[in-house]
Amino acid sequence: MSVVAALAPSSGVAVARTLRGWLLPLGIFVGFLVVWDILVRFLGLPQFILPAPSRIAEAWVVYLPELWASTTYTLVEIVAGLIIGSFAGILMGAVTARWVGLRESLLPFAVAVNSIPIIAFAPLLNNWFGLDSQLSKAMVAAVLCFFPVMINTARGLLHVDPAALELLRSGAASEAQVFRMVRVPSALPFVFTALKVATTLATIGAIIGEYFGAPSLSIGQYIVRYAAFLNLERSWAAIVFACSIGIGLYMLVVAVERLVMPWHSSFRAGEA
Amino acid sequence: MTDSQTDTVVQLSGVSKVFEGRGQKAARVEALSGIDLSVRRGEFISLIGPSGCGKSTLLRIVGDLIGVSDGTVMVNGKLAREARLAREYGMVFQAPVLFDWRTVQRNVELPLEIIGRPKQEREARAREMLALVELGDFAGHHPWQLSGGMQQRAAIARALALDPAILLMDEPFGALDEMTRERMNLELLRIWERTATTVIFVTHSIPEAVFLSTRVVVMSARPGRITKIVPIDLPRHRDVETREMEHYFELVTEVRESLRGSEGEAVDPRRVAAEGLSA
Repeated sequence: MSVVAALAPSSGVAVARTLRGWLLPLGIFVGFLVVWDILVRFLGLPQFILPAPSRIAEAWVVYLPELWASTTYTLVEIVAGLIIGSFAGILMGAVTARWVGLRESLLPFAVAVNSIPIIAFAPLLNNWFGLDSQLSKAMVAAVLCFFPVMINTARGLLHVDPAALELLRSGAASEAQVFRMVRVPSALPFVFTALKVATTLATIGAIIGEYFGAPSLSIGQYIVRYAAFLNLERSWAAIVFACSIGIGLYMLVVAVERLVMPWHSSFRAGEA
Repeated sequence: MTDSQTDTVVQLSGVSKVFEGRGQKAARVEALSGIDLSVRRGEFISLIGPSGCGKSTLLRIVGDLIGVSDGTVMVNGKLAREARLAREYGMVFQAPVLFDWRTVQRNVELPLEIIGRPKQEREARAREMLALVELGDFAGHHPWQLSGGMQQRAAIARALALDPAILLMDEPFGALDEMTRERMNLELLRIWERTATTVIFVTHSIPEAVFLSTRVVVMSARPGRITKIVPIDLPRHRDVETREMEHYFELVTEVRESLRGSEGEAVDPRRVAAEGLSA
């Protein structure tokens, strides 16, 4: 009885805190939309400069089927790019963390790849992997994801408490055991931080790839086409979809992160 | 004669350690010089000395975490490296070094996991060790849910999991407050009596060294040398009352005075310079 009584108020407080955590940003967002709408109407801005949110919402509803088709088409590219880029990044990060010689010889190439302006590179990738193929856009996304994931994986694997290494050494652990028991768990927070950045980069990469050639029902082409026709509320509606993809993927990574490393200090607030 | 030989767990002869400076500006540091020490089975040896006297380095040399520049280290009749590969050591550091991603129980299982013991045996042994350090009720907790003293007890349980020939402890209670530290000292003595293991213990605290040890090894700095070995002839079983015995205070004073002597040597720059020239 007393336990329940003691728990009830605190869980009530927790719910209130969570609600406040959601409500505040939501309130600010809605307020922002309202001010935007009022300003556009008040100043009489032409819709090809900045459409009112209400018009964007209208476009959203009217063109939902084609927007949805474009979104799913682009989403496939983003997810494929994210997987290819992150997988390659984690692999290379692990390899360079393990062999110093490789790190020194491969890092300049990775830096070089990273410093290629993606705008310059996207048409070439379209050329290599097919202008109308989803693979070429996935590759643009993968190139963008690769570097942060690789660098953070390598750093995480190397960023290990020296005392932990001494402990395993005194227990005469094999190198594979050190890797599995200490390095990988220590690297996880770094890898997930990189993956969060990578979701955004993959979204950007896929859409940029589409600017240089893709079917008309893809987010990138949709935005470009209706911007050219000055049907900006339709471009904006597509941008809202692109944002939703980015946010959705980010939250997916956060969810996986919680699942994989529930022990991490950033998730402990509720347990104290 | 044969008895006393087999009774020797650690034999250090003429051990020295020089850290060669890397780069042009880094100096060459003579961390240890001419260390001879033998530790008998069941002894509790404390290494004490000013900062930079190489006591932690000496502990790591015994545990084969650092190699020697000169001299030999024999543990149980084997070279230190062979002893390490035969898992004869248990190590406890100043930080508990428990892994957040493992429960307390699974942290204690770690050394058993390294040598590939079956799950059931691991769990049974870890439970036994946790009971020994009186953490049985916390097996399922995660390290961050434990206080500093409890974390260090878990680290001791882990170090004892393989029933090591020798327990190496590097200022294990240095980060704890005075009250917890005194409680942990009693706890450690109780564990030592029950397991009859041999302990080498590095500390900054004179009372702690005297209270715990059978012998206190006093060291001086630059280069690290053994200046005196003080036998602690207090009764083997010690408790709160031991800290109030007159002989306890006499021994604390003796260690303090030997330390003062060694420190004076260490900080005299002319002497250091002269030694540098003659070397």
